[in-house]
Amino acid sequence: MSAILKVENLEASYGELRVLRGINFEVQKGGVTTLLGANGAGKTTTLRAICGMIRRTGSITLDGQETTRMSTEDIVRAGVAHIPDGRGTFTTLTTEENLHLGAMSRPNNKNEIDADIQKCFEFFPRLKERRNQQAGTLSGGEQQMLAIARALMLRPKLMLLDEPSFGLAPLITRQIFDILADLNKETGTSMLVVEQNASLALELADHAYLIETGSIVMAGESSVISEDESVRASYLGY
Amino acid sequence: MELFLHQVVSGISTGAIYACMALSVVMIYQAIHHLNFAQGEMAMFSTYIAWQLMAWGLLWWLAFPLAVIISFFGGFAIERAVFKPIHNAPVLSHIVVFIALFSIFNSMAGFIWDFTIKSVASPFGEGPFMGSTLLGKHQAGMIVVTVLMLVVLWAFFQFTRVGLAMRAAAVNPESARLVGIRVETMTALGWGMASAIGAVAGILIAPVVFLEPNMMLSILLYGFAGAVLGGLTSPLGAVIGGFLVGIVENLAGTYLGDIGAELKLSIALALIIIVLVVKPEGLLGRKIVQRV
Repeated sequence: MSAILKVENLEASYGELRVLRGINFEVQKGGVTTLLGANGAGKTTTLRAICGMIRRTGSITLDGQETTRMSTEDIVRAGVAHIPDGRGTFTTLTTEENLHLGAMSRPNNKNEIDADIQKCFEFFPRLKERRNQQAGTLSGGEQQMLAIARALMLRPKLMLLDEPSFGLAPLITRQIFDILADLNKETGTSMLVVEQNASLALELADHAYLIETGSIVMAGESSVISEDESVRASYLGY
Repeated sequence: MELFLHQVVSGISTGAIYACMALSVVMIYQAIHHLNFAQGEMAMFSTYIAWQLMAWGLLWWLAFPLAVIISFFGGFAIERAVFKPIHNAPVLSHIVVFIALFSIFNSMAGFIWDFTIKSVASPFGEGPFMGSTLLGKHQAGMIVVTVLMLVVLWAFFQFTRVGLAMRAAAVNPESARLVGIRVETMTALGWGMASAIGAVAGILIAPVVFLEPNMMLSILLYGFAGAVLGGLTSPLGAVIGGFLVGIVENLAGTYLGDIGAELKLSIALALIIIVLVVKPEGLLGRKIVQRV
């Protein structure tokens, strides 16, 4: 397997505050990688750095293409779909308009885009029921589904998911993670998932990295990481 | 009753112009969250361009679209040259630049075309509209052209890809970047369109108020009143607000006697204050609620 995303020596700061201190990790083509860590460890910052939403140094390679110095718009156009925490929904626009926006960086082929929207509706029947509703009026779980569907509309090479469980009831969170696993199997979309709920994330991912205060302190296959004593004590709680 | 109807109808026709100004103010407000005080002077300058084209012998029906197109590119260029570099600057910097643009356009118009008042003939002709006592030909023309333009704009925002991208960039710029929309380009497009809409308003009202460098000052104030009344976050609200302000202005001028006639402009200002105190989000605006 080759890497779809390769991050080397990535550093990022908010003003004086250095948040990432040279981290290295990879996402395999068709694989799911998760970044685990406590609040403030730098997980969200890592995703924002990959998307070019903050200043960063080091090297980020997407499918062989260096993206470190590209703008957010161009990184998205290169095939990275980022689902930010809080989901980034266009709240005053309708569900269907949100999906159309997901395809904004693709060539304007109406038939193809409409077909993809139909596929999304098959995958998320709830969204079809709500297609003409303002996205802001959807429930938290539905908004997360919409965010995932919108990301799929890009036909991404890599999906970045920031806390997919954010603000959701445990049952809904479970559903979302099942959906992500199905998606990964069916479409082969590579994913990088940041998550506080470590047990769910480790179940979904094939590789895991543990971040503490801006550095990677542990890396390996998910099955190995989830067996580790210290991870179990600090993150899995058993 | 006849008098009342007459005032309402002529209120609608000036209201159409206020609606255009309100809409251009709101479009820029949506994109950069500042009120463009120079909007009126930009529209005045566009009107002079149209006048110049006509003075060179072009027909109104050619000079009008040409001036609107030139204004579009002018607005686009102003955003690129002036506002893009300062987009992170504080509010006061923006206000200073707006005031600078205001006096630059005002003085430039006076310098190039001098300050004497010029009359502009109406392309729709003089006299009553289809024998009606309620409406003049030019007033009817103003209403028709604005309503047509508003419908085209609505369709553009509702049904085209660029329109959707512009709306998305206004609602949530960060998410818009994350779907690959070039937000800065959308902002510049918004400036271009606002400038073009202002040009339409200026050129249409010129036969009524006559052409001179200060012609748009009070009209912009009514436009602001319309925008605030309808809600600065709602383009549709701004349009409705503009029409309402036109009607209120006319009725006050008729029924409040001297107060209404002499203090017409104060009514617009009073309206702004009342709306901001009683219902700051306007008739159709969204309340800004932050979810943390």
